[in-house]
Amino acid sequence: MSGKSRKPADSTVKPSLKPGSQIIVDTLVEMGVDKMFGYLGGVVLPLFDKLYDAPIKVIIPRHEQGGCHMADGYARASGRVGVVVTTSGPGACNLVTGLATAMMDSIPIVALTGQVRTNLIGNDAFQEADTTGITRPVTKYNCIVKDIKDLARTIREAFYIASTGRPGPVLIDIPVDVELTEYKPDDGEKLKLPGYKVRTKGHIGQITAAAKAVNESQKPVLYVGGGVISANASDELRQLAQKANLPVTMTLMGLGSYDQKKPESLDMLGMHGTAYANYAVQECDLLIAIGARFDDRVTGNVKTFAPNAKIIHIDVDPASISKNVHVDIPVVGDAKFILKELIEKIEHRPRKEWLKKIAEWKNKYPLRYDNNSTKIKPQYVIEEIYNQTKGTAIITTGVGQNQMWAAQFYKFSRPRQFISSGGLGTMGYGLPAAIGAQVAKPDQTVIDIDGDHSFNMTMTELATAVEHKLPIKVCIINNGYMGMVRQWQQLFYNRRYSCSRLANPDYATVAKAFGAEGITVDKKTDVPKAVKKMLSVKNKPCVVDFRVEGEENVWPMVPAGKSLSEMDGLQILERLV
Amino acid sequence: MKHIISALVENKPGVLAHVAGMFAARAFNIDSLVVGRTEEPGLSRMTIVVVGDDRVVEQVRKQLEKVVPVVKVQDFVGQPLVARDLMLIAISAPPAKRPEILSLIEMFRGKVVDIGQKFLMIEISGPEEKIEAFIDVCRPYGIKSVARTGTIAMPRQEKRES
Repeated sequence: MSGKSRKPADSTVKPSLKPGSQIIVDTLVEMGVDKMFGYLGGVVLPLFDKLYDAPIKVIIPRHEQGGCHMADGYARASGRVGVVVTTSGPGACNLVTGLATAMMDSIPIVALTGQVRTNLIGNDAFQEADTTGITRPVTKYNCIVKDIKDLARTIREAFYIASTGRPGPVLIDIPVDVELTEYKPDDGEKLKLPGYKVRTKGHIGQITAAAKAVNESQKPVLYVGGGVISANASDELRQLAQKANLPVTMTLMGLGSYDQKKPESLDMLGMHGTAYANYAVQECDLLIAIGARFDDRVTGNVKTFAPNAKIIHIDVDPASISKNVHVDIPVVGDAKFILKELIEKIEHRPRKEWLKKIAEWKNKYPLRYDNNSTKIKPQYVIEEIYNQTKGTAIITTGVGQNQMWAAQFYKFSRPRQFISSGGLGTMGYGLPAAIGAQVAKPDQTVIDIDGDHSFNMTMTELATAVEHKLPIKVCIINNGYMGMVRQWQQLFYNRRYSCSRLANPDYATVAKAFGAEGITVDKKTDVPKAVKKMLSVKNKPCVVDFRVEGEENVWPMVPAGKSLSEMDGLQILERLV
Repeated sequence: MKHIISALVENKPGVLAHVAGMFAARAFNIDSLVVGRTEEPGLSRMTIVVVGDDRVVEQVRKQLEKVVPVVKVQDFVGQPLVARDLMLIAISAPPAKRPEILSLIEMFRGKVVDIGQKFLMIEISGPEEKIEAFIDVCRPYGIKSVARTGTIAMPRQEKRES
């Protein structure tokens, strides 16, 4: 929107009556929304007309999927609810990947979609789609508002559902005639959610049992997921770990919840986790899972997962308890409340032998790569970014090798610093998520560590970043392949690289055409100065095309279905000393 | 093992789709599902019969509770309860066979609800096994069609006499 003089809003309506479109805007403002994302279309024109005068900054993506990932990145970086609005039909359909991404990672988003007129619904009208039907499995809740009387309350309910309990995306479908109907909303109307209950405080008996198990344990491990970040429980986690000498390993979604520079940190576990984390989990006698869901990428073969351990599971979602792995001591509730209680009840233990054993593993199997190579190693690029940003940048990622290397070689120290599509594994997530994160945190350095093929999927959003003068950095770990797919083809399909190498554009030229800065790095020796230059770019995005070694692999690796201790690649890492 | 799960749900559009969709997405099998209004205008009751081991059915119950318009979920397993199905069955019944068919209906406490030249329509209710047994005894006469509800159920009152 340019700064041209705007026509004042139509003042012929009676002051007490408001059209639905104005009710939507007023309710969003009431919910504290000052920035949102979305794309126009026929049935949301009434809403966008009211947004023209609203105290809300609207960021228009170039594709609705990008808009949904932006709202998601905004939510992850800020801890607030991300808001995205689209038109009916194709606009709503394009949200599906973004909603599913947020659903799998429990990210609070409110999506508003326009719908055709109520009397046309079901008639295959122009740009009609059964939006609630299509998005039902990828939202925490969705509904259509057919009666103007329900509009304001339903939007308030959407924010409440999205942001409480186990967070998630909520979609509200609004027919255009509801946007146009005038009504006087009842500001004091209560939410009507008889079926929605949030358990906050954990059962005190269960917390006591958990504390007893911790106090008795010789070889405990904390296994921490994204739930600790959404519960804002990092401080409590730190106190717990330090009070009782508990080593901490994190899932991909949990990265940032515990400072990886601290000696208790075992970094990430799972398929591409560290050897010391995986060995510790397999050998522990007590596994304390907090806000994590025993995903198959974390457990490997569930039958042999943590075979000697008693398992405590603290989670806000009762359905996560004993879903994949049998849990001995479940505690349902908000991690922040529960950890506070737990800290009171646990006692200091030295656990010297256990910590010594872990230190030995750490010493024997650190994450490594061949630093003597003359080619640019992807891990080296990430280490260089880590060093030059002093570990303080917000990092978003694509999906695949770039994501795993970012998770392994950037050490995170605070929650909401690592933003990545974990559960769904959505390629193309990194750039729009970086835009959302930068909108949420304008003063911080936001870097998208991306893959070439991930970037290809949503690079059109560079235009959005240029338009809003967002100084995001895009580091393309360009190996010319769908790297992780290629790695699997190498390991499990006899090096038959079927369809995994596509022709890429020259990314620096592409960036410049969009109005962004563009840098190409071919030589290893040029990496430090390219990173330095990238970090100095202000007021516009900067894309750096790192032409890295094509066939580098992510190690260690637990092949799908194997036990966590059966890691491939350890001998390769050992040879690199 | 068969579990009868009773869910009180908000009576609003989309709730059946939410529940059925959850079952499909999580690969839970539904044996039968009955929805009907309750004494409260805003609430309906879904009675869902699920077959699975305890762990699976526990997941079903928890996932059902997570569906926002689902207000309350009970698993009746292990409780004394009254469970009933209702069936309409049309069987071929030439006049010569009718006396014996009528005595069968009597035995099963069924009711003749329609009669034609060559067939009878019978209404019968009861536990699922009884319905199955009646179908079996009707087979030799020739079954024209069957329409059945799923199971509805209610736990028996606790008896606190001593």
